Amino acid sequence: MSVQNDTLKQIPNDEEIIEPTPGQIMRTRALRHWGLMIGGIVLGIIVILALAAPIAAPHDPYTQTLSNRLLPPVWDAKGSINHILGTDQVGRDYFSRLLYGARISLMIGFATVLLSGFIGTSLGLMAGYFGGRVDLFINYLITVRLSLPGILVALATVQLIGGSLPVVIAVLGFMLWVRFAVVIRSATMQIRNMDYIKAARAAGCSAFRLIVTQILPNVLNQFVVIATLEAAHAILLEAALSFLGIGVQPPLPSWGLMINEGKDYMFFKPYLISISGIALFCLVLSINLVGDGIRDVTAPENRN
Amino acid sequence: MTVLLEVENLTVDIPLAAGDLHAVRGVDFTVKKGETLGIVGESGCGKSITSFAIMNLLPQSAVRNSRRLVFDGQALDELSEEQLSDIRGNKMSMIFQEPMTSLNPSYTIGEQLIETLLRHRKAARREAVERAVFLLEKVGITAAASRLKQYPHQLSGGLRQRVMIAMALMCGPEMIIADEPTTALDVTIQAQILNLLAGIQSEFQMGQILITHDLGVIASVAHRVAVMYAGQFVETGSVAEVFETPMHPYTQGLLACIPIPGKTKRGSFLGSIPGKVPTLIGDQTGCSFANRCAYVKEACLLKNVPMNSIGSVRSYRCILSSEVCYQNAREAACS
Amino acid sequence: MNFNPAIDTQNLSSVKPIMELRNVSRTFMVSQGVFRGKKPLKAVNEVSLKVHRGEVLGLVGESGCGKTTLAMMLLGLLTPGQGEILIEDQAVSGWNLLEITSRIQPIFQDPYSSLNPRKTVGQSISLPLAIHKTVQKKDRRQLVEKMLEAVGLPGRFYNSYPNQLSGGQRQRVAIARALVMKPQIVICDEPTSALDVSVQSQILNLLLKLKNQLNLTYLFISHNLAVVEHLASRVAVMYLGRVVEEGGCERLFSKPLHPYTQALLKSVLLPEPGQGISNVNLGAGFPNPIDPPTGCTFHPRCPQVMDICRTQSPGSLSIEDGYVECHLYRKENKNYLN
Repeated sequence: MSVQNDTLKQIPNDEEIIEPTPGQIMRTRALRHWGLMIGGIVLGIIVILALAAPIAAPHDPYTQTLSNRLLPPVWDAKGSINHILGTDQVGRDYFSRLLYGARISLMIGFATVLLSGFIGTSLGLMAGYFGGRVDLFINYLITVRLSLPGILVALATVQLIGGSLPVVIAVLGFMLWVRFAVVIRSATMQIRNMDYIKAARAAGCSAFRLIVTQILPNVLNQFVVIATLEAAHAILLEAALSFLGIGVQPPLPSWGLMINEGKDYMFFKPYLISISGIALFCLVLSINLVGDGIRDVTAPENRN
Repeated sequence: MTVLLEVENLTVDIPLAAGDLHAVRGVDFTVKKGETLGIVGESGCGKSITSFAIMNLLPQSAVRNSRRLVFDGQALDELSEEQLSDIRGNKMSMIFQEPMTSLNPSYTIGEQLIETLLRHRKAARREAVERAVFLLEKVGITAAASRLKQYPHQLSGGLRQRVMIAMALMCGPEMIIADEPTTALDVTIQAQILNLLAGIQSEFQMGQILITHDLGVIASVAHRVAVMYAGQFVETGSVAEVFETPMHPYTQGLLACIPIPGKTKRGSFLGSIPGKVPTLIGDQTGCSFANRCAYVKEACLLKNVPMNSIGSVRSYRCILSSEVCYQNAREAACS
Repeated sequence: MNFNPAIDTQNLSSVKPIMELRNVSRTFMVSQGVFRGKKPLKAVNEVSLKVHRGEVLGLVGESGCGKTTLAMMLLGLLTPGQGEILIEDQAVSGWNLLEITSRIQPIFQDPYSSLNPRKTVGQSISLPLAIHKTVQKKDRRQLVEKMLEAVGLPGRFYNSYPNQLSGGQRQRVAIARALVMKPQIVICDEPTSALDVSVQSQILNLLLKLKNQLNLTYLFISHNLAVVEHLASRVAVMYLGRVVEEGGCERLFSKPLHPYTQALLKSVLLPEPGQGISNVNLGAGFPNPIDPPTGCTFHPRCPQVMDICRTQSPGSLSIEDGYVECHLYRKENKNYLN
């Protein structure tokens, strides 16, 4: 044993860290992920265009020019460069409305997820961490919410209070927290039993601090994945509500509303509904691609 | 004794994004009837992959090569998947570490035992039931007939591992590969299971490969031992010789790490092996233990070290002469 | 480099223990199924132990014997159902968690689950400091790096993440985290059983070294009896929630009294050829802890069972260096001690 005892002093001091940090692993994985890259680029373009709408829009989206009603887009023989995507039935520039509509869709997606994510994650963390009666109660809330027909409740509420952007956000926010709660709850239950949680408790960590500083960072990737799915969901629901006329109210340029307004002309001027439909499709697809990508990129590594 | 399994220059490469992982790098051994070969090594040394390679149960991407891989007169690398599955579970069976996951939770243990036999043999169901009861009693399970109707979750870990052993014996195999068969069990249960395995093995004159990280298990039940490090055998020999005079610096270091009641001074510092296992990704040159070895010389780093044979069963992979190794082993034992 | 950890166990009775358990019990209600209601499971059943300063108390037993529940109670993470835990002669039941945790810290078994994967090594080790607010924020980094060096890791590991470290290195980080608050008692819950042999010896050496440097007291929970024999000065053997034998390490290993201790010792497999495996004769059935056997709970597996064992619980019998719970050593029996 003498041989090995001599070497005791120099045990692992000579070791270098060669493994990448979690951040580095994520970055390399993200750059190799085609879906995430394509989704990210498309989403990025939409976000930039939406943010730059006041500069990028060639016309005011609300100005009606009845003499220019239903102008075709630029690729049509009768189109003009002045109105790239033509004009709608009251002569507003379609491209400008599309840009401003992106703001509304993104706003809906973001704000709804913020609200529903906060509600769902808080409930999920509490149910998963405390278990027992807290879990029973929150599970009861989840079951109740799941047994309500979402779109009907939204319809009824909006009918009662009257549709407007804040109302739509609030209604969707209070409808869409369930998936957050369910996923975060089960993730928390797994993490709760890890030894590092016991170690933090044995260091005197309070429950609140434990949940916020130790558990939350570990469920963040699940949160982001659900958030993208629910954002896409919220955007589609808003479009549906607006299409039915009880969501965002005119003259705001919501994409759903634009489809609604264009539906009377769909056989003669199909671009009126197809362009905003395609925009909606691209936005939702890109958000979903980003969500899938984040799920793959943040997936835990194997131990060895 | 007749030779049951012959393995020569077995290699397993697993292609990864960062390059080829040389998980097993030229392993040679034979197993005779009625003999237990222990393969011992630390996690990641390739001992389990070796056993999977013999059974051809490697992951799809892995590449297996061998100069010779003969079981009971049949070249395993020339058989089709169909012929191989005739051998697996029939003439050669495997016992895994985790009895919880290796039994199907939705079938009774009776159904699973009988199924194993009926898949390989033309036998009447009644005969199969009789054999299942016989074997369950053999592995020390009381009230065997009534146990047949139980589901795996109704049994304790020790009982489940006994059922696994009975299942491995259903077709009367000529060879058993046991991969950490007792690691998940408590110490008293471990002793009983090992006793049982050793008894059954000598009764039926089966060959056995026992894979474990526990030198104590090897010392108690194996006849011959192969110490594995970084995908290679670094020392082979009879258990008595290897444990009494370990030749390879790794074996010496490993044995110094373990406190032995009555021998190691209580509360003294134990031996240890500094550094860590080299990565097996990419080309390997030189002795793979060189970075941790106390006797390292320049020559160790330059070219791969071949096995040195002493006698018929003893060999070690080190450039030091056997006299020097003996000397080192004696010094290590004295201090 | 040798030193003697063994404290004179004979003279301990005069010294006040640093930690004492008096008849500590903890019962869980276990669900039997949807319509069957719940039944009590006595995870820890009237355990009394004393741990003295600077000593290593080994706690051995098989899975499900209540070792971990006991550890959780000592750490203040579970409250005992009955009985009390005393630290330096004060009952901890009135203390808040911070007071307990500044004196007792754990080291867990699995280094892969004992470090938060999203926190750097530095964040993990300084968490106790941040909670207790004993060290100013600007001084924390220096202290953490000093701790890292004390456990044999370079200070530059401060900003690494657990996934960048090997199992042994992670366990060193876990040790640093346990010791950063300068606790008096460390509960080591199987600290090496998830590690490879060569790493295990490094961690054991480190634990020994730190114990001497910092005058720590260990409760060392393990199923590896060879390791316990090497480290411990006293040993307690648990079976089905009860400590069935307690005594000085040397005596317990050379002359075990309880049949269960004897069986445990016989089951130890050492890397020494030619010893074979002795038949421990315990039978296969580990009893159902929800429905424990009557009398002595070990009687269905005991090779030396007598009629009285089936009906009467033996109770604890004082012996020279501890106690044993077995009818064999009662006055009226031939094995009577003294």
